[in-house]
Amino acid sequence: MTSTNVEEMDNEATELRALAGLRVVVTGGTSGLGLALVRALRASGAEVAFVARTRERVIAVAEETGAIGIVADVADKDDIHRIALQVGASVGASGAIDLLVNNASSLGPVPLRPLGDTDCEDLEAALAANLLGPFRLTKALLGPLAAAARESAPSVVLNVSSDAATSAYAEWGAYGASKAALAHLSAIWSLELAGERVRVLSLDPGDMDTPLHELALPGSDRASLKRPVDAARALLRAVIAARGEVRS
Amino acid sequence: MSPRGTIHPDAAGAALVAASTPTQRPRDARLLAMDGTGSMSIVPRREWTSLVRSGDVVVANDAATLPASLVSHHLRTGARVEVRLAARRTLEPTDLVFDAVLFGEGDHRTRTEERAGPPSMRAGDLLALEGSPLVFTVIETLEHPRFVRISFEGAHGVFWSELARLGRPVQYAHVPEALALWDVWTVIAGPAVAFEPPSAGFVLDWAGLAAIRARGASFATLTHAAGLSSTGDPALDARLPLDEAYRIPLRTTRLVLDARARGGRVIAIGTTVVRALEHAASSLRDASTRRGALADVADQRIGRDSALRVVEVIVSGTHEPGTSHRELLRAFAPDALLAEVDARLAEERFRTHEFGDSVWIESGARLGSGSARDLGDASVTPRTA
Ligand SMILES: NC(=O)c1ccc[n+]([C@@H]2O[C@H](COP(=O)([O-])OP(=O)(O)OC[C@H]3O[C@@H](n4cnc5c(N)ncnc54)[C@H](OP(=O)(O)O)[C@@H]3O)[C@@H](O)[C@H]2O)c1
Repeated sequence: MTSTNVEEMDNEATELRALAGLRVVVTGGTSGLGLALVRALRASGAEVAFVARTRERVIAVAEETGAIGIVADVADKDDIHRIALQVGASVGASGAIDLLVNNASSLGPVPLRPLGDTDCEDLEAALAANLLGPFRLTKALLGPLAAAARESAPSVVLNVSSDAATSAYAEWGAYGASKAALAHLSAIWSLELAGERVRVLSLDPGDMDTPLHELALPGSDRASLKRPVDAARALLRAVIAARGEVRS
Repeated sequence: MSPRGTIHPDAAGAALVAASTPTQRPRDARLLAMDGTGSMSIVPRREWTSLVRSGDVVVANDAATLPASLVSHHLRTGARVEVRLAARRTLEPTDLVFDAVLFGEGDHRTRTEERAGPPSMRAGDLLALEGSPLVFTVIETLEHPRFVRISFEGAHGVFWSELARLGRPVQYAHVPEALALWDVWTVIAGPAVAFEPPSAGFVLDWAGLAAIRARGASFATLTHAAGLSSTGDPALDARLPLDEAYRIPLRTTRLVLDARARGGRVIAIGTTVVRALEHAASSLRDASTRRGALADVADQRIGRDSALRVVEVIVSGTHEPGTSHRELLRAFAPDALLAEVDARLAEERFRTHEFGDSVWIESGARLGSGSARDLGDASVTPRTA
């Protein structure tokens, strides 16, 4: 490892030190951005529980990072309280959660296609994963999120958005519509939860070199894409800023 | 909550009606409020926060309810057994030693009073959760053929994921439809520790919490592992409530003392909050000067002869006389007044059980005066522990 790298890591560690001890839940924690978030949070000393569907990957990431792995599908209504129960028996056992990152996401049908060729069921599935899942999980964890905010600094719900939420791209209908709805939901929730000191952020991580990106736009120039680790760091800086902002 | 399928008719034949639909906040839910002088009024329950005053602190139990009913097999005999986790000594997710009530064949649609018993249990017997690698070991029987202490020896992560996958909320015959976890979790639920819902908390919603703040009152939580409220067996029911672990966050301790010092009222949402706060009464002041939460196990019974030292108002479900929840109300008001409440509830056909209507009872003059001395000034009230 070169000395520059060590320095870079030192800076990063200092910068993200404010995350030490936070109680965090991340969905989609086994790949791409979510995995980078789990690693960065753990390295900063946060207590983390993460969710994904593929058991083997969940076990591997839990072993690697020491985070609590939860095998579940955020698009499945029945799984939401199963997640919340396991959170309430691990990082949320004290009754407080400082940060929820709704990151898991579905592209909708791939290869991407025009809305006219999108089955209703595919749109429903995209909404279930990208809109209803974050809505339900936020609701199920709202008690501990509000409790954390009462007891110390504001807590944060970070909904991972996309530029497809604000710009209309042909063939991105299911994904774009669901991300636009999530962004609007975040904006309204942010107003409503201000009194509880729960901040709701909707942030676009930018184009990243991840399996999801490869699925959507196969053969892209990977060198032109952000590394998930850099995107994760930027999002966590925003979380730290949001926690500092509204001290009463 | 009084989960028996029975209703209690008064002399005139009027009766409480069992609420049989799992709706936490029915639009037409009502609340009967009685102040310290015995004066009663009935309001739509969604307006309950209008009874809160500036300076009050509203305290609720944030426990999330476990899916504590587990269909299992008793490996020595092959018999099918419903295991109802009933109590635990701590709130720790790694503590997997439970007291459990066992039932034989059948499910919640049969009244607990009529459920078959389990095969006879011995220490060392194994109870295997159906469709799962999760196996409990019977450590001992607890002086009753249906009541055992069991433990799970494996990794606690496995326990919690299997419980999440296969457990079901404990439920009773008055609600026939199968309950989901979201039916029994209050909106503030967090720590996974209750064996039955702290159902008085069903009155809470986020608009209500904002209304409490707007009235100049505060909202605070504690965590109390509400145990089973009924077993259907008279000998076991006589042992309720079981010991229940609780934790009171520092912020809550301070808000409670603060309210008492400034003449505000401590309003408990539910019997579990009363039990925890009153159990902790002598320790509150001491705890308020230390870091961290106050954690202990509530093992007392609260009834007619109990002097309340912390809580002045209780919001609770409607309960039939004789149940442990109804007994606790006797600490808040004299029997003669409670009899009037019972009569009025029956006359107005209030709904009972966990999804039913509610009462708000102010203890008024019965609350001990000299609050600061009452709440654990060691020179006045010697600590026993
Ligand atoms: N990559 C980009 O260029 C880009 C650009 C803008 C926004 N984003 C957003 O960034 C976030 C992360 O994307 P990514 O590129 O990192 O994706 P990714 O590499 O495909 O990773 C997705 C993660 O989510 C999990 N997951 C997917 N569906 C799930 C479900 N229903 N329930 C639970 N877990 C689920 C996956 O594991 P399992 O499959 O095992 O469940 C995996 O851990 C998404 O919200 C995405 O919309 C990405």
